[in-house]
Amino acid sequence: MTATSTAGAASSSPWHFWAYFTAHRHQDLSWLWDHVWLSALPVVIGLAIALPLGWLASRYKWIYPPMLSLMGLLYTIPSIALFVIIPPLLGLKALDPIQVPIALTVYSVALLVRVVADGLGSVPEDVLQAATAMGFGRVQRLVKVELPIAVPVIAAGLRVATVSNVSIVAVAGTIGLANLGQLFTTGFQLSTPTAYYPPIVLGIVLCVALALAFDGVIVTANRLLTPWRRAVQGR
Amino acid sequence: MIRFDSVTKTYPDGTVAVDELSLTAPSGKITVLVGPSGCGKTTSLRMINRMIEPTSGRIWIDDRDHSTTSPTELRRGIGYVIQHAGLFPHRTIVDNVATVPLLLGKNKREARAKALELLERVGLPASFAKRYPAQLSGGQQQRVGVARALAADPPVMLMDEPFSAVDPVVREQLQNEFLRLQSELSKTIVFVTHDIDEAIKLGDQVAVMRVGGKLAQLATPADLLSNPVDDFVAGFVGRDRGYRALGFEAVPGLQLDPETTVLMGSDVSAAAAVARDGWVLVVDEHGWPQGWLAVGDDATRASLQITPPLLHRGGTVAAVNGTFRSVLDAALSSPTGRGVIVDEGRRFAGTITAANVVRLLEQQQAAHSQTISVPTVPVQAVPVQGATPR
Amino acid sequence: MIGNVFGWLTTAAHWRGGNGMTAIGTQIQAHVTYSFVAVAIALAIALPLGLFMGHTGRLPFLVSAANTLRALPTVGVLILLTVMIAPNFHGRTDFGYLIPTEIVLVLIAIPPILSNTYAGVQNVDGVVRDAASAMGMTGSQVLLQVELPNSLPLIFSGLRSASLQVIATATIASYLPLGGLGRFIYDGLAQQDFPQMIGGGVLVALLALLTDSVLAFIQRHVVSRGVSGRFSKKAMTAGGPAAADIVQAEVAAV
Repeated sequence: MTATSTAGAASSSPWHFWAYFTAHRHQDLSWLWDHVWLSALPVVIGLAIALPLGWLASRYKWIYPPMLSLMGLLYTIPSIALFVIIPPLLGLKALDPIQVPIALTVYSVALLVRVVADGLGSVPEDVLQAATAMGFGRVQRLVKVELPIAVPVIAAGLRVATVSNVSIVAVAGTIGLANLGQLFTTGFQLSTPTAYYPPIVLGIVLCVALALAFDGVIVTANRLLTPWRRAVQGR
Repeated sequence: MIRFDSVTKTYPDGTVAVDELSLTAPSGKITVLVGPSGCGKTTSLRMINRMIEPTSGRIWIDDRDHSTTSPTELRRGIGYVIQHAGLFPHRTIVDNVATVPLLLGKNKREARAKALELLERVGLPASFAKRYPAQLSGGQQQRVGVARALAADPPVMLMDEPFSAVDPVVREQLQNEFLRLQSELSKTIVFVTHDIDEAIKLGDQVAVMRVGGKLAQLATPADLLSNPVDDFVAGFVGRDRGYRALGFEAVPGLQLDPETTVLMGSDVSAAAAVARDGWVLVVDEHGWPQGWLAVGDDATRASLQITPPLLHRGGTVAAVNGTFRSVLDAALSSPTGRGVIVDEGRRFAGTITAANVVRLLEQQQAAHSQTISVPTVPVQAVPVQGATPR
Repeated sequence: MIGNVFGWLTTAAHWRGGNGMTAIGTQIQAHVTYSFVAVAIALAIALPLGLFMGHTGRLPFLVSAANTLRALPTVGVLILLTVMIAPNFHGRTDFGYLIPTEIVLVLIAIPPILSNTYAGVQNVDGVVRDAASAMGMTGSQVLLQVELPNSLPLIFSGLRSASLQVIATATIASYLPLGGLGRFIYDGLAQQDFPQMIGGGVLVALLALLTDSVLAFIQRHVVSRGVSGRFSKKAMTAGGPAAADIVQAEVAAV
């Protein structure tokens, strides 16, 4: 099925995106699936990398400034620039599709290291000392005391990371990568001479839905992991 | 003068914060509002400068209904000092102090000059002028807060627990300096605190309020201690009332016993020669008492020189014009039972025993009960038998 | 490849332009112009609004509303608006693309500025606000003389975050037939001229870093030392270039 199979000016109205969706179901769902992976996986890997780095930065005061400078630098670089700069740095082909997940992982790490470091740093000193005095070993204390308390801060960072990733992955569609961004490029190309809305609107709807879904998952996970906060706040 | 005229403050949810409060804070005096949490003392204070508006009743400032002036104009004429100072973090100390004069339209140079003068007055070095609040300690910030309140030379000052956030040593210093300032400036001051000891120390008159915003008793500190009007006030004022009340009067007819003293640095053996009950009072070259020396039969010490580590320095020292309380304390804290008393120049004047102090106290109480006692309710003129009405 | 990129960047001809390729200098200028205009408009809207909201405490829902805008895919909205607006400009002239682009850029810049300004004003110590009022300052005097100076760190965070996002998105806008540094990326891609494509990316990265440094410099000189804590002996807290603060601003707004 090609993108031009829908006919008639009526179906170019924005409200017909559902019709467009059913017509191109397979393609769209495949792009959606790609998008989910491309958005989520870099964050997960990013968190795995950021946890030890952030812990180092919070534990050893002299590491904090240079680490955060580097991360700040990486985060400042626009993602699309990262997309194209990383392949030559890693010796890949200039247009290797793997560059997007790698760039997004770098981006997520840059964001999350600061979040993890500050989250762990937000644990009150007297809590730490009480834990040590009660006989918690270093690792136990980290896993059972510090991380749980840092969860809300880290969750906030994860929300920012995933939601912005959804948008950035769509940008990768403009340089040819398979994901929901292709809906936008398709719509754009088909919009000569009159606007052809359905794929564009569909793309926006799906992206927003995806972003909200990710956000919801993280918020729920946060709530489940921090039962004590629910008890205190009336949220 | 500030007068509360049946002032009430109720909130929409029904809480009565202040209930028909009527009192007068006389000009040039410190009136302290004191009471437990929820008694409405801070609410009452904040109604004076219209930070909170009364629900009913009126407040008169120097015979003008304060609701007739616009709030901002009113506040520019009232100094306001709060706990934690509330200094502007983004301005230097000197600019903080100069805030109100600048608001009133003074030019920058004048305002800053006045500010520097005030900084000196509150005991801060001129080098602090260009610093920022974050660089100062809590006590220093509080002094700046006081200077800032004084900058436009307002006749009235409102102070809301200004000394509560600092540690006890600093608090005492600030209280003493505050009293010194007031003796120079004679402002009309309304002061809020939850600490009854602070109220008694600082107030010319004290208003005790109870939870629910009602005035329980308005009296001078001495009266509050000796004649609390009901159980609540008595309980709030606390224990040791009789003893604390001794802190208000000088001792009339103070008779001192002589005591042979020894100079710091002389030999222990010389001291042993003049010791009474095995103790000798040691003074320095100015005649200022340094402490008591215990002279035992220990021959090894006889040839030593008297130095500070050898002395018992635990006793307090009272001045000749000090209160009953300080004199009695000097006697009670002395290891020999003889309290050390000094004259205005801090030179040793004589000793007195606790028994003699109590005897003098009893004589005075006998003399007092023959005169008319002072009323314990509003300090407005109540005609006293035989006195000419003002 | 790195050598080729370096070569592309340093070829003088590329900076002057010609051979069907617009000068690097021109594209930088275009990119900076698009970004600057968008940020200026966003500031004009979001700063006063944020100050008002922070001072009066009203309309807090606007902050969450602004933040939900972040869930929108920027490319999608850009293309949607282009497709709606461009045909009205006969022949798809530059304006047809410029207007949707600027709209999207402004929409991107508003949330960080608004939420940070609001948070900045709200976070001014209540005691300080109370003291200012009690000394006889009018509402607007409190806002301008006390709340604003003390909110500057957060406001600058928001401004820097907004600027970076605008620069990033302006790059994407070159998917449309517009100027800007993204032009090199997309043209390079189309022509399989990878040194050009990667060179474009490098230029964007450099522009972003430069912009942030300039703003950080301005921030250091505008924000009172009493607020930033930059006293001579005091070590800098949150380390390094406060590009790290942008991360903070992003997260704080969530």
